[in-house]
Amino acid sequence: MTTLKRVPWTLVVFAAALVVPFLGSRFYTFVATDIAILSLFAMSLNLLLGYTGLVSFGHAAYFGIGAYACALLMKSAGAPFLPSLVAGGLMAAAFALVFGFFCVRLTRIYFAMLTLAFAQIVWAICFKWNDVTGGEQGLPNVPYPDIDWMSSLPVLGDFRTGDQFYLVCVLIVALCIAGLRRIIDSPFGRVLTVIRDNAERAQFIGVNVRAHQLAAFVVAGFFAGISGALFGIFNRGVFPDFCYWTKSAEPLIMTILGGMSAFWGPAVGAAAFIVLNQQITSYTEYWPFTMGVVLIILLFVFPGGIAGTLIGAVERLRARPQPDAGSAPDARESDARG
Amino acid sequence: MPEFSFLFGQFIGGLTAAMFLFLIASGLSLIFGVLRVLNFAHGSFYMIGAYLAWQLVRWMQPAAEGFWPAALGAALAIALLGGIVERLLLRHLYAREELYQLLFTYALVLILGDVAKILWGTQQLSVSRPPSLAGSLELLGVTIPYYNLFIMLLCPTIAVGFWYILQRTAVGRIVRAAALDRETLGALGANVGWVYTGMFMVGSFLAGLGGALVTPIKSIVPGMDVEIIVEAFIVVVIGGLGSFWGTFLGALIYGQVLSFGILVFPRFSIFAVSVLMAAILILRPWGLLGRPLK
Repeated sequence: MTTLKRVPWTLVVFAAALVVPFLGSRFYTFVATDIAILSLFAMSLNLLLGYTGLVSFGHAAYFGIGAYACALLMKSAGAPFLPSLVAGGLMAAAFALVFGFFCVRLTRIYFAMLTLAFAQIVWAICFKWNDVTGGEQGLPNVPYPDIDWMSSLPVLGDFRTGDQFYLVCVLIVALCIAGLRRIIDSPFGRVLTVIRDNAERAQFIGVNVRAHQLAAFVVAGFFAGISGALFGIFNRGVFPDFCYWTKSAEPLIMTILGGMSAFWGPAVGAAAFIVLNQQITSYTEYWPFTMGVVLIILLFVFPGGIAGTLIGAVERLRARPQPDAGSAPDARESDARG
Repeated sequence: MPEFSFLFGQFIGGLTAAMFLFLIASGLSLIFGVLRVLNFAHGSFYMIGAYLAWQLVRWMQPAAEGFWPAALGAALAIALLGGIVERLLLRHLYAREELYQLLFTYALVLILGDVAKILWGTQQLSVSRPPSLAGSLELLGVTIPYYNLFIMLLCPTIAVGFWYILQRTAVGRIVRAAALDRETLGALGANVGWVYTGMFMVGSFLAGLGGALVTPIKSIVPGMDVEIIVEAFIVVVIGGLGSFWGTFLGALIYGQVLSFGILVFPRFSIFAVSVLMAAILILRPWGLLGRPLK
């Protein structure tokens, strides 16, 4: 894995993502924007799921809060894009701090239930508070950010607004993912994985487990809020469904699909999820059925997801020439997680 | 101050809703209590039960009292479906983390939701009340259909019946032992695998029965699965996951909070029950009548 690890993947993926507008297809750009935004959503969840070992079933709450906060600022208050975006993330983080404070006191299934309960509270507020959130109708016609300055640039000026917005999204998502990477590689991130592997032992060596879990919860909430804010603009509207509990299952599915043991797993999963969705919905309206079947196959046959399975395959190919292959499974376990 | 008959009507409405919720949530709670699996697909079983009851009633069309065998048939079919799911798939996930079990049951939600759409379409369906219970009773200025009265009597009967089986019979003893310590029970010679399958079937039966019995009161629509499951979660959380009487109490509280919440905060009654769920989880995660988990 060492040579694979030395590749600056964030830069590689970022560079690859920048090529999309040059393909000149409105559809490709649309799909790529969707993938970029939801990758960030799934990766923010994986900070909890894969790195801290917390199963949140209410992550959509922070996605929705970010989306509403940003959309309200831009639409109702006429605020510019970047401050609104950051405010969306901070608002989501603030809610994550309050909700997370209570959630991290619970373990396992109760943690999942309480995150779900808070998400339902957020959904109920968005659904019923007509004066502010538009209630059931949501907030349609969220304005596009002002990106006219791009038109004066040499190459970018020829792009359509959708392509320009895509580039803005890619830039923001790349920054966020780089931020997540730094957090995960920092001593703080290492402590999170210790908590995931054995919370009790972490406590014994003097780690404040709850404080670390809460911090991870807030960071995950912040990035989910950013992705929600971007999604609201991309979607040209924010709706209460953004916070409904079934929405919380989506990043979970993406993460499992891609593989939660690898840093890029959730992004791979988001890409696979969205491409699959596009392909299947062109044949049949029964997309949830297909997704359910795919999910069951994954859970039973490929529990490591796409990335986990690929990494495992690469590892096996590499291990073959060495006579001492006995220790390979352990090495894979610890390597893939990191 | 609103009139008494109005308040009494709200109370009765809340009570009827509570009884249905109890039927469904008790199945969820039994499954969680023994298998330690939080079954998202429980709501889907409820929905499929409702559709099946509608279908069976249609097939038996000229029969005036076709509703009763239809409801029972639908519930039994759902029990069978639950048994197949548990035997073939779910049992292979017991040793894995909760996340896999949760996502598996969620996959079932996705699949069953679409199966219902494929088989029965997306338009609203409804079943008329069985003629034997078509009338209604006038009580303290409130009109209560006989059917609702029947539900209000049936559900506590089922509750007492289950309590009796669990607490006073040999089968009940094995089930309670399975909830406490699976391994020791297996070492004592009980077939734990079938106990699990059996409990999953009983839980599914209750979901299917709830769905079938609700059809004369509520119309059958796609999306009723994901809606009811959240309500059932709230009920079991209030009462205590895995606690039988807790579920009964939770359903009563939920029904009244929802029905009187509408009077106090017309817009935010769904908000009130979610807050109640969060508050219980914060203050007493094991619920009002549950026991803390190890």
